Amino acid sequence: MAYTEEELKKELETKEYEYGFYTDIESDTFPVGLNEEIVIAISKKKEEPEWMTQWRLEAFKAWKQMEEPEWANVKYKKPDFQAISYYSAPNSKPKYNSLDEVDPELLDTFKRLGISLDEQKKLAGVAVDIVMDSVSVATTFKKTLAEKGIIFCSISEAIKEHPELVKKYIGTVVPQKDNFYAALNSAVFSDGSFCYIPKGVRCPMELSTYFRINQAGTGQFERTLVIADEGSYVSYLEGCTAPSRDENQLHAAVVELIALDDAEIKYSTVQNWFPGDKEGKGGVFNFVTKRGICHKNSKISWTQVETGSAVTWKYPSCILKGDNSIGEFYSIAVTNNYQQADTGTKMIHLGKNTRSTIISKGISAGKSQNSYRGLVQVNSRAENARNFSQCDSLLMGNECGAHTFPYIEVKNKTAQIEHEATTSKIGEDQIFYCNQRGIDTEKAIALIVNGFSKEVLNKLPMEFAVEAQKLLEISLEGSVG
Amino acid sequence: MLKISNLHAGIEDNEILKGIDLEVKAGEVHAIMGPNGSGKSTLASVIAGKEEYEITAGSVVLEGEDLEDASPEERAHKGIFLSFQYPVEIPGVSVTNFMKTAINEGRKAKGLEDMPAKDMLKMIREKAELLEIDRKFLSRSLNEGFSGGEKKRNEIFQMAMLEPKLAILDETDSGLDIDALRIVANGVNKLKSKDNAVIVITHYQRLLDYIVPDFVHVLHQGKIVKSGTKELAHELEEKGYDWIKQETAV
Ligand SMILES: Nc1ncnc2c1ncn2[C@@H]1O[C@H](COP(=O)(O)OP(=O)(O)OP(=O)(O)O)[C@@H](O)[C@H]1O
Ligand SMILES: [Mg+2]
Repeated sequence: MAYTEEELKKELETKEYEYGFYTDIESDTFPVGLNEEIVIAISKKKEEPEWMTQWRLEAFKAWKQMEEPEWANVKYKKPDFQAISYYSAPNSKPKYNSLDEVDPELLDTFKRLGISLDEQKKLAGVAVDIVMDSVSVATTFKKTLAEKGIIFCSISEAIKEHPELVKKYIGTVVPQKDNFYAALNSAVFSDGSFCYIPKGVRCPMELSTYFRINQAGTGQFERTLVIADEGSYVSYLEGCTAPSRDENQLHAAVVELIALDDAEIKYSTVQNWFPGDKEGKGGVFNFVTKRGICHKNSKISWTQVETGSAVTWKYPSCILKGDNSIGEFYSIAVTNNYQQADTGTKMIHLGKNTRSTIISKGISAGKSQNSYRGLVQVNSRAENARNFSQCDSLLMGNECGAHTFPYIEVKNKTAQIEHEATTSKIGEDQIFYCNQRGIDTEKAIALIVNGFSKEVLNKLPMEFAVEAQKLLEISLEGSVG
Repeated sequence: MLKISNLHAGIEDNEILKGIDLEVKAGEVHAIMGPNGSGKSTLASVIAGKEEYEITAGSVVLEGEDLEDASPEERAHKGIFLSFQYPVEIPGVSVTNFMKTAINEGRKAKGLEDMPAKDMLKMIREKAELLEIDRKFLSRSLNEGFSGGEKKRNEIFQMAMLEPKLAILDETDSGLDIDALRIVANGVNKLKSKDNAVIVITHYQRLLDYIVPDFVHVLHQGKIVKSGTKELAHELEEKGYDWIKQETAV
């Protein structure tokens, strides 16, 4: 089968969402719409203390005054915030002691996703906290972690069990009023994960959470807070898939990372939410605020593989506050059909000798639009700050677009900033070369894309890298005859 | 092994191959020579199944089987190998990973399991030695930043790995220094057997001193205008193509 632009286009069009199914689990859902009563009801439902309720209400007040941002290079029909139900929890409230107690339909869903709990449990060194429709359904490996003083639980649980930690840090990196979606999230977040690594502790396993959106008409507002105390280390994995759906689903998560002196946080994401069908119908809107703060000599690395969502708006960022701190951003963003992604990062250099690295790989196919938007800011007292940015785009076909918007603001003369950008196309000659060696077009594309993305894939923990490679293949392969 | 009859092929309205007849038997070495633009690479691509070229008449038959409907990868699985005149770069894909994929895809097509890593490594080591390739080289991205000669040597390394029935070497000698030419030619000779065949496309006699052809063909304006034994190559080296062009014009 020879490869032409025309054929590749067709091939990519016929790709259907692999995980397009829907789990019918009884849930307990709030009426649609948003007002103060709903915010209070969410807080009550979660048995939160009064300060938390007040915090949410403050956020809600701020949100009401705010407007949806329009600067991103994406076009979509604005969600109707009064048509969304802001809370949904699987009915079977109690936590399970063993898998036997879990709703078999839920287990089946996991199986179809290829992430059966069984396998996950066996995967040495991986603790899985599964967030199914906003509420943690199962938590494993808690004991091992507890022995080291590590706290890894749902944010709701943390609010109840560790209020002092939550109160001290929540909203310190992403304030309630930071932006429209962060404010909305602060008001109505339903659940999410919390993680605290005590001083000097090296977390012995990769912490991982699988997120799912699964309830018709419910937006998902996750809140994640990771605190690495002085001299500690943690690697956190977040991955998600969603069932095929007809109407747009809004997802507005907030992730806050705090790396205290000499700490290191590695935060990896594999995201595969429903991107909409080949006509561009349906799909998840993913408007995420992810930000970390680095204190002295600390380091935060964001690594992400984004293949899903209809519209993505996401800029995992680092505030390099402490001297000698390091921020890294490694990203692969794949868009196909009518997907639109506007992603990138912000590296804010405040401390002396701060360093940041940005490696962004954008892959666009079909009629999709893939934008990189990055800000490197060096403040006046950030002596000897250094940044290296590299943005590479790979195009497939003639109807997609790749865009790069690098912003550089330097207020200190000692700064060293390097920016490199390339754009390339998968060539017919490359495909024919592979074909001639016995590699079919589908596999050839996977090989070329993996090669293109290698620098970023290499940054992922092993077990995640394999999954990420599979996702890249699924996102770009068609049903080649 | 390979039988090409009355092959006409071209691109859009431009006919490049204008009736090629060629038969290659197992164990034989054929050399194809001819002026620039005469259609040598096009012929190689058409045999390998590049669909960019439209076949308007004639057939390509491999071991009794018409290849008309076979995709390039199917042809590769049947044992056709093309050493490209201009090998392409695939950034981020190591030579090793590329070969591993190629070999396992070939095995999959034959209903075999992936080659065990241990065997793969052993094979890679042997073939790299045969072609005097530094093993550091094998972890580099395929053809990316390779010198002209390195690319060609790497093509023959791939041939050694894939053990094809019919190998077509398109100007593999160009870009090779004198020592490399000898190493590569020796490699090709070691891989030769009574069961496989080689088509060597070249402009120079030099390569044919090492890889001695049973037949030499001259391609001119899309046709084989003269065939002979290895002496024909010497004659061409001495006299150029003019006399043949004149002969055909008559
Ligand atoms: N894809 C193509 N599009 C347009 N013309 C082509 C294409 N491929 C080949 N040709 C033309 O067909 C003719 C034969 O080309 P080909 O590459 O087969 O020559 P060659 O004999 O290999 O030459 P050389 O000795 O220079 O390698 C040339 O005139 C070339 O320009
Ligand atoms: Mg040629």
